[in-house]
Amino acid sequence: METLSAENGTRNVSVTPEPPKKRKKGIWQSIVQQKYLYLMSLPFVIWLFVFNYLPIWGWTMAFQNYKPSKSFSEQKWVGFKNFVDLFQDERFYLVLRNTLAMSALGLIFGFIVPLFFAVFLNELRGNIFKRTVQTVSYLPHFVSWVVVGGIITKMLSIDGGIVNELLLSMHIINEPIQFMAQGKWFWGIVTASDIWKETGWNAIIYLAAITGIDKELYEASRVDGAGRFRQIWNITLPGIRSTISVLLIMNIGHLIGIGFEKQFQLQNSLVRDFSEVLDLYALNYGINIGRFSYGTAISMFTSVVSIILLFTANGIMKKTTKESIM
Amino acid sequence: MATNSKAFNATRSEKVFDVVNAIIMGVILIITLYPFLNVLAISLNDSTDTVRGGIYLWPREFTWENYKTIFGYSGLIQGLKITVLRTLSGTLLGLISASMLAYTLSRPDFKSRKFVSTFLAMTMYFSGGLVPTYMLMRHLELIGTFWIYILPGIVSAFNVFIIRSFIDGLPYALQESAKLDGANDFTIYYKVILPLCKPVLATIALFLAVGQWNSWFDTYLYNGNKPSLTTLQYELMKVLASTNQGSAMTNANDLANQMAQISPESIKMAITIVVTLPILIVYPFLQRYFVSGMTLGAVKA
Repeated sequence: METLSAENGTRNVSVTPEPPKKRKKGIWQSIVQQKYLYLMSLPFVIWLFVFNYLPIWGWTMAFQNYKPSKSFSEQKWVGFKNFVDLFQDERFYLVLRNTLAMSALGLIFGFIVPLFFAVFLNELRGNIFKRTVQTVSYLPHFVSWVVVGGIITKMLSIDGGIVNELLLSMHIINEPIQFMAQGKWFWGIVTASDIWKETGWNAIIYLAAITGIDKELYEASRVDGAGRFRQIWNITLPGIRSTISVLLIMNIGHLIGIGFEKQFQLQNSLVRDFSEVLDLYALNYGINIGRFSYGTAISMFTSVVSIILLFTANGIMKKTTKESIM
Repeated sequence: MATNSKAFNATRSEKVFDVVNAIIMGVILIITLYPFLNVLAISLNDSTDTVRGGIYLWPREFTWENYKTIFGYSGLIQGLKITVLRTLSGTLLGLISASMLAYTLSRPDFKSRKFVSTFLAMTMYFSGGLVPTYMLMRHLELIGTFWIYILPGIVSAFNVFIIRSFIDGLPYALQESAKLDGANDFTIYYKVILPLCKPVLATIALFLAVGQWNSWFDTYLYNGNKPSLTTLQYELMKVLASTNQGSAMTNANDLANQMAQISPESIKMAITIVVTLPILIVYPFLQRYFVSGMTLGAVKA
């Protein structure tokens, strides 16, 4: 969604004709003339520079043996040593595997499930029921991961968790499954929690795009005897194609920087080999034990790979579907 | 005859589709709602009785006792104070920054528009990462202060672009006539644009408030050892993390004695409700706004 508005922004800007170049005096004049516009934007530009751009300067730490007590000029430069250490650490590959696995699952399901939900919610008869489902579906989005972590743990617990009780009563299993204590369940639990929390919210954009489709198309196809699945396949999905591709690019861009809140809240020491993702690795092996240079190397790796993925996805989509976000 | 039966089949399969679809949506409704109702029921159930299990949608032995207990816990009151404070100030400052930036970006004659817009959009695609950000906060000496909750997130590109597409949809003539009346750019922003932006500002206010209310990681990372600055979510996190090890609250002297006869389960659920309820009460009323706010970008793109 972020990109949609961003694209909007840049697109509008590029349409604006460039003002003809004037002499220096002219520029100053226009700044004075538009002093209120500058007063309303420059402070925030400086703000962005400090809080969003300065951390990039911090990447220099990845090439140093950074000691907090020393000033910048006194730091010892070590070249790529931190990266060599990182790529030689076995734990790094385990963490990378976890990150990629959970983000791939998140990408596939976090993209498909809301799409399905939106399409079938749109087909629902009865406005009150439809609106109730929709309102309730937003609910988990507004709840923090701390609360969701608590709720999921409770629902999956072995004594009295509803999931185990249901499975037992339907005789699918004979004894409760220890969901939270076994690593093999973790990726699935994270993905399912995310679906539970965000499906309704992520469907908003799809629903909005579906509303924008010409109603006459449906009328016409009904006259031609098309069933509901046919209509979905031939009208609804093509009608929201550009929305789908933009969201897909965005999701791919976030593939590796998937965040860590859900993993943090759902993890426990028993499943750590499956729950630790890059940011948690940076937290545990960088900040918490004071290896700031090593932690920075991990963060830098994450950021650089994300941006490469974003540009690649954007490039591929641009070629294949003519859709792009920048 | 043949066409008749075909039409009949079509309507019958339509009906089957509708029924199956309604059932699926009903199941989704239950899956979404059940956990919350379950938590609520347990929080209202007598804490010793909860241990027996079997509480689903309705408390077996109704009581307010759990809520009375947790409001006697000083950490919760402390967390509530900080959370309310950060939600109010963070939302207000975020609204001011986003609306001002959005207004300047919506002005086609603003000379630095392209630069500001690109500078802002870039922040959506990359970040320095966790550790460099942490180090920056250290250098700025924000760690261990209340300001760390507010300052880093004041400007959000996403919010700016949403407000901006809303302003783009307003008739430009309004601004021009104000200008003819001799209003300066700030007056136009304040007197003309802001009042018209109420719906989109409500959306952004909700986003900002929810973000502030729900955030826990900044407390964990920067202020975890500052009891005077912990937030509600962080207090909940401590309590939830106490699974099967007694309770995190045993440290709280006012509770230590009671812990023996209190089932942490009901207490945990009561705190969960307290932490969650304010937002759940507010969001349905703002639904109209945030749906259109979220939609703005999509439809225009």
